[in-house]
Amino acid sequence: MKIYRIHALICAGAQCIAAGGNGFEDALKDELKKHELLKEVNIIETGCMGSCQLGPLMAVYPEGVIYTKLKPEDAKEIVEEHFLKGRAVKRLMWKEKETVLPSLSEIPFFAKQTKIVLRNCGIINPEDINEYIAQGGYEALGKALTEMTREDVIQVVKDSGLRGRGGAGFPTGKKWQLAYEQDSPIKYIVCNADEGDPGAYMNRSVLEGDPHSVLEGMTIAGYAIGAQKGFIYVRAEYPLAVKRLEIAIKQAKQAGLLGKNILGTNFSFDIELRIGAGAFVCGEETALINSIEGKRGEPRKKPPFPVQKGVFGFPTVINNVETLANIPVIIEKGAKFFRSFGTEKSPGTKVFALAGKVNITGLVEVPLGTPLRTIIYDIGGGIPEGHSFKAAQTGGPSGGVIPSQYIDVPMDYESLTSLGAIMGSGGLIVMDETSCMVDVAKFFLKFTVDESCGKCTPCREGTRQMLNILERITSGKGQMEDLELLEKLGNTIKLASLCGLGQTAPNPVLTTLRYFRDEYIAHIKDKKCPSNVCKLSSEVKNERKVFNRSSS
Amino acid sequence: MKEKSLIDLLHDVQESNPKNYVSKDLAKKVAETSNLSLSKVYGVATFYTMFSVTQRGKHIIRVCRSLSCHLANGESILNKLKEVLGIDIGETTSDGEFTLEESSCLGMCSIAPSMMIDDVPFGNLKEEDIEGIIKKFKEGAL
Repeated sequence: MKIYRIHALICAGAQCIAAGGNGFEDALKDELKKHELLKEVNIIETGCMGSCQLGPLMAVYPEGVIYTKLKPEDAKEIVEEHFLKGRAVKRLMWKEKETVLPSLSEIPFFAKQTKIVLRNCGIINPEDINEYIAQGGYEALGKALTEMTREDVIQVVKDSGLRGRGGAGFPTGKKWQLAYEQDSPIKYIVCNADEGDPGAYMNRSVLEGDPHSVLEGMTIAGYAIGAQKGFIYVRAEYPLAVKRLEIAIKQAKQAGLLGKNILGTNFSFDIELRIGAGAFVCGEETALINSIEGKRGEPRKKPPFPVQKGVFGFPTVINNVETLANIPVIIEKGAKFFRSFGTEKSPGTKVFALAGKVNITGLVEVPLGTPLRTIIYDIGGGIPEGHSFKAAQTGGPSGGVIPSQYIDVPMDYESLTSLGAIMGSGGLIVMDETSCMVDVAKFFLKFTVDESCGKCTPCREGTRQMLNILERITSGKGQMEDLELLEKLGNTIKLASLCGLGQTAPNPVLTTLRYFRDEYIAHIKDKKCPSNVCKLSSEVKNERKVFNRSSS
Repeated sequence: MKEKSLIDLLHDVQESNPKNYVSKDLAKKVAETSNLSLSKVYGVATFYTMFSVTQRGKHIIRVCRSLSCHLANGESILNKLKEVLGIDIGETTSDGEFTLEESSCLGMCSIAPSMMIDDVPFGNLKEEDIEGIIKKFKEGAL
């Protein structure tokens, strides 16, 4: 093995690439070549480091210095000053309130997180299986296959209390048990990587930054329930994730960690990728099953549940990316270790995608039950100067808003549900006083109307009518009765819709009505938008034309 | 051996078509290979937003319309694109280079506003960046 003096970890997550990361990397390589340092400095492309807003990012070890917002022209200075002379370039380092923070361990954004799911993201090269193995990867699979029975594996997952990270929070061990009990020669594991919630990109970062953790989790799940095959359903909007998964599957097969007789045992398991084609509803598990089968992504009626009758009619366990990435850690370190994080009912950690009006946006992993305030202020650095926190939106279009009086709410499944919001997949959009809550509710409803598959009437017609009412209110034509109508309609849609999309679609409207009713009233009675977002003078033009977003 | 689903086949034929859409001829071919009726194929092709049954440009621009991008004034990026390209959402430039589309969320919320052109992601967009990006794409520099 080659020994290097310096390891330069360049974030190659989609967001850093989009911010211009490739240009910097090329420039850095040129400079290193010029100074003949290519043998001393090891450049590694890693997955997402989390603080995406400050990208392109590079972490330099052994010091642990992190450079932010890199441009190609910065490469020369970094090489000449830091790599040659050992003087870190302060100008480009992480700063908080004008103070330069010398290393990762001293930056609150990193220091205050607990990384289980993101354990390897930003640390390893996701395109090299050896780096994953060097971090202890595939040890859990080895342990499961050689030291544990299928029942043991299910028991550990049950004991860990792991709950589905896709949003609903169903106990993973219980789901596995139900599939295990099905008497069927064919069973499937499906990884739901159709992350479509606006504001959520946690799964993308895991797939791009640590794809083997998902493959390992799936293979263990396959062993436990008795499946021979797994599907990863990835949305087509994530081409980089698809590429890295393809590489990971190929390497795992070559290493004998996937395919026939894994690790020399008689367990065989294969994984296939299925690429979506842009339909939000396919994140709903029964719609996803239809889509895997190549059909229109319309949901099916439950029961039968997927664990009874799933893909091609066979028992199927569908787990979210983040859920599966937790599995190797639980198997390797045990249920007790996992339970040492989080709360009694919500053990472990959760990754949140912090976005919106907050100083440091990015991916944040914290123990479940961490107060919202800690995430926004201690890790996210608070609200940009001059503004104040108004509300946070969790769970995207299925979730709700948490108003400022509940900023100390512990972020766990039950606490969020009691506020009318949901955990959801982990999207966390922060809003300040410049955001209009009626506009936000309308925004999500437009999304739902666009994405409703049209199969059931409450969702197809109901959400459209709710949107019409909101259009009316935000254009100054609303009436006080509209508020009751919204609530009545919302509750009916929740009760009567076929799948999770419709059952949760009214949440953004219902929670804003609950916590920000005064804003609705201001739009109706005073014909004013308190946040100056909605233009109330204009007439409502063509209410049915929801695709015309320029009217907002 | 991987069995291709109807969705996989549609992705394949659409990619093979320089005009970026599932034409009637292609749909017929897919129907024949997969032993399905043309209406089934059409049903799937029209369900998913990434498939098109009408002609599109060489490059597909997808502008993110999620809440994070909305809060970051993503509207101005969309308007600038419309202005630079001289087309509205769903339309194709007269030279056949670009089609402008929306996406519900591209998952790049931390670098909002964002867009993708084909497989290339762009973030932290400013109005003044748009012209340069389009120009570079036309020249094949990206």
